Amino acid sequence: MPEADDNMITFTLDGEEITVPEGTTLLEAARMIGKEIPVICYHDATTANGLCRVCVVDVNGGRLLQPACIAECQHDSIVETRNERVERNRRTILEMLNSAVDLSQGEAIQEMMMDYGVDESRFPDAKRREHDIHDDNPFYVRDYNQCVLCWRCVQVCAEDAQYTFALTLGERGYDTHVATAFDIGMMDSPCVFCGQCIGVCPTGALKPKTEWGLEQGMSPDEIRQMTRIPRRRKENTE
Amino acid sequence: MVATPRLVADRQVRTTCPYCGVGCQMDLQIKDGTIYRVSAPFDVAPNYGNLCVKGRFGLDFTTHPRRLKTPLIRNGDGPGDFREASWDEALSLVTEKLSQIVRESGGDSIATYACAKATNEDNYVFQKWVRAVMKTNNVDHCARLCHAGSVTGLQLAIGSSAMSNSIAEMENLDTFIVTGSNTTETHPVISLFLKKAVRQNGAKLIVIDPRQIELTDFATLWLRQKPGTDVAVYQAMAHVIVTEKLYNQDFIRERTEDFEDYVESLESFTPEWAEEVSGVPADDIRAAARMYANAERAAFYWGMGISQSTHGTDNALSLTNLALMTGHVGKPGTGLNPLRGQNNVQGCSDSGGLPNVYTAYQRVDNAAVKAKFEAKWHTTLSPDPGLTVTEMVDGALTGQIRAMVIMGENPLMSEPNLAHAKHALEALDFIVCLDIFMNETGELADVILPTASFAEKDGTFTNSDRRVQRVRQALPAVGEARPDWQVVCDLAKRMEAALGVEESAGFDYNHPEDIWEEMREVTPDFFGITYERLEREGGVHWPCPSLDHPGTPYLFEEDFPRGKGKFWSLEYGTESELPDDEYPYNLTTGRVLFHWHGGTMTRRSKLEEAFPEPIVEMHPDDAHALGLVSGDWVEIESRRGSVVCRAMVTGRSPVGTVFLPFHFVEAAANVLTLDKVDPRAKIPDYKNAAVKMRKTEAPQRDGRDESLDKRGAIKEPTKYVH
Repeated sequence: MPEADDNMITFTLDGEEITVPEGTTLLEAARMIGKEIPVICYHDATTANGLCRVCVVDVNGGRLLQPACIAECQHDSIVETRNERVERNRRTILEMLNSAVDLSQGEAIQEMMMDYGVDESRFPDAKRREHDIHDDNPFYVRDYNQCVLCWRCVQVCAEDAQYTFALTLGERGYDTHVATAFDIGMMDSPCVFCGQCIGVCPTGALKPKTEWGLEQGMSPDEIRQMTRIPRRRKENTE
Repeated sequence: MVATPRLVADRQVRTTCPYCGVGCQMDLQIKDGTIYRVSAPFDVAPNYGNLCVKGRFGLDFTTHPRRLKTPLIRNGDGPGDFREASWDEALSLVTEKLSQIVRESGGDSIATYACAKATNEDNYVFQKWVRAVMKTNNVDHCARLCHAGSVTGLQLAIGSSAMSNSIAEMENLDTFIVTGSNTTETHPVISLFLKKAVRQNGAKLIVIDPRQIELTDFATLWLRQKPGTDVAVYQAMAHVIVTEKLYNQDFIRERTEDFEDYVESLESFTPEWAEEVSGVPADDIRAAARMYANAERAAFYWGMGISQSTHGTDNALSLTNLALMTGHVGKPGTGLNPLRGQNNVQGCSDSGGLPNVYTAYQRVDNAAVKAKFEAKWHTTLSPDPGLTVTEMVDGALTGQIRAMVIMGENPLMSEPNLAHAKHALEALDFIVCLDIFMNETGELADVILPTASFAEKDGTFTNSDRRVQRVRQALPAVGEARPDWQVVCDLAKRMEAALGVEESAGFDYNHPEDIWEEMREVTPDFFGITYERLEREGGVHWPCPSLDHPGTPYLFEEDFPRGKGKFWSLEYGTESELPDDEYPYNLTTGRVLFHWHGGTMTRRSKLEEAFPEPIVEMHPDDAHALGLVSGDWVEIESRRGSVVCRAMVTGRSPVGTVFLPFHFVEAAANVLTLDKVDPRAKIPDYKNAAVKMRKTEAPQRDGRDESLDKRGAIKEPTKYVH
């Protein structure tokens, strides 16, 4: 039986009994014993929100699966990180996400889809979210066709890193998207172009202009000439 | 529509950012020789995944078409009249000229600039060449122009001038005083840890700065002193701490000296007197003093606003006095932290790029030190400290200096009173520049040698908190450009041959690691740091005297390098050039987020698009009096020269003070600044010049871009909402 230490929690994870400090999340506990639980919205550098639900695990066979990124370990619980029920949930989440978002550049998500045997035609009537590409500043391009709404960019723009608060969420429900306040251009927003948002983006939704240009087949010189300043355009071509 | 296939990197290289002194670790992702993405590892100090716009998006200068690709030799008298030359021809010419001058008038007639952007290894061989081959200690660099005031003050008070704490310790502090530093723009990543401490840990932030910088939005208390009245505010804070007996009696008794004398000298520095002088309400000074003195753990962070002044040394001393009387030094997080402005300005000084010291501040006039270096380098060395950069410029005018060797610096943007500096450089017999781009100084050179950028060489940088970190080659050098250390070693060997030196000081290195190994051997503070260790640990804070020593994140736990910390009594001096009827405004200079120093790099990158031209910030009241609105052209004139640029009307500047960034050659702030220097630190007074202004027409500049006249080219500093 667990020792009397109030600050430690002993429970069973995939058949293995482990003891962790109180407040440890199931995701952290799993990592301690070398078990990977898939995540999309979770990032070590941002506050966990339990948004995407791809990290759900089975706790005591309860009616609802628990998101491992925020659920804390409980005394004497029995946790399974991957059983049939968990797999079915994760597969459905990925299939729904895939029906609404272009995931082709999210390498980790692509791997997950293979792993869980995603049927890409599961929701044939679903409508993909469509957005124009935002190319409104010299540094990076925003392609919200690829955005899974993990919120990480909004979080690092706010209290998880930069404290700049340039990003927020626009509209509601299906139409929810990451945006600047009142949809103003980045140059007019408080954005300081630190690019922390790019650093945490799990898909191709945010990328440096150079990377985007190369993907579009532009040469480095052509990318350099994508500028608002004729004087420099001249110098750049010399 | 499905996105195109994702770009796959040919390779990814971990290196250190080439911009400010934070020393962010970054991964360069490269495809076909283009850096297309810069990411930061989340688990690595000092930046833990964060970067700023310069590091993230401003590295495309490395592949700019105007990079210098071949050696250039002067071919006519006009500026920029050069012809391409082979390395052999260029190196022969430099060797011949410099050797001739050494023979004719001695090495002391040559002045040299080491480089705060180059690696430690580049700088070590550079000063070795200057000292061992040219036989002079005339080596200095632009640290003289930024932190000399801090360095001199800290040396006098405690005997060491580096940042006393590591960046990671900021999280543990409960009170910060940030003064003379617009940290969110000049050291953006450090400012994130500050903001985090304030917003998440409830730390108190006291900002003491004339400008309404972004950090004032995070401040518990903002003291807006009149420019140049820093000493008055700090002395009055000390007065409060003494009067209210808030000082740390034990610390003062055990670790300091001359406290009684200092207390006596404080008598007239009352908060009421300071209010009259500085404009800061006496009660705010009292509140700041109490907050600082009563804090469990408090630290100072400061920048150029403290240092770049004719009383920069006094400014720094007034801060150390406060730290010593409260005991806020020598514990984790607590201390005195001058934020260094360049990627390797700490390292350049550490590597001996100063006129009075070898590596890690071993003095040239110390006989034992001199003997050690003479034995290592098989030669005799000069015991006389050399000239500082400000003295070199004056020496050029008097004929004392005949030639200059300038590695990666641009004195004709960075020196004060540029007209004077240009006149001085024109008087020289011979100038050789090592650089990655042609710049204002290069145009006057006789020979220009193209060198490798940070992305094209190996070595180490030492960041602001004394952390030695690796720089790794990610790209092939452009054209025929070569790493600085190789060029310097070639020149040194050729000069030794030309001067008939029998036993070489040793310039045969195969890799920068060989140079570092030699630095370790002659520098006890670096002895425990090896490339192998840096590879494993990511970075090590010096002093690190042995291989099993963990490095030193914070200094002065047991004692100060000079033994006891010394209190310095201070006089209050007024500024060297006060506004008057003819020149009624005070000009202060500094940096903006999107640019860096003389703009040689940032203005050849995408950063230029976000901030494409100089602007002068002025208060709405001043603008109104001049009949100006944002975007109007204004001529700014001082007793030394005049520039024309556009105005930005903003409450960031106090009434009567205007701010001009110094990155822009078309309105070079240093045309206006004063070349009067602090008597001890020899640092010029960049933050203070009297100017007059008038509305004017747009200048006729070649290819000036009308599209910039539209709003939005430069962002108005925004008041952020929390």
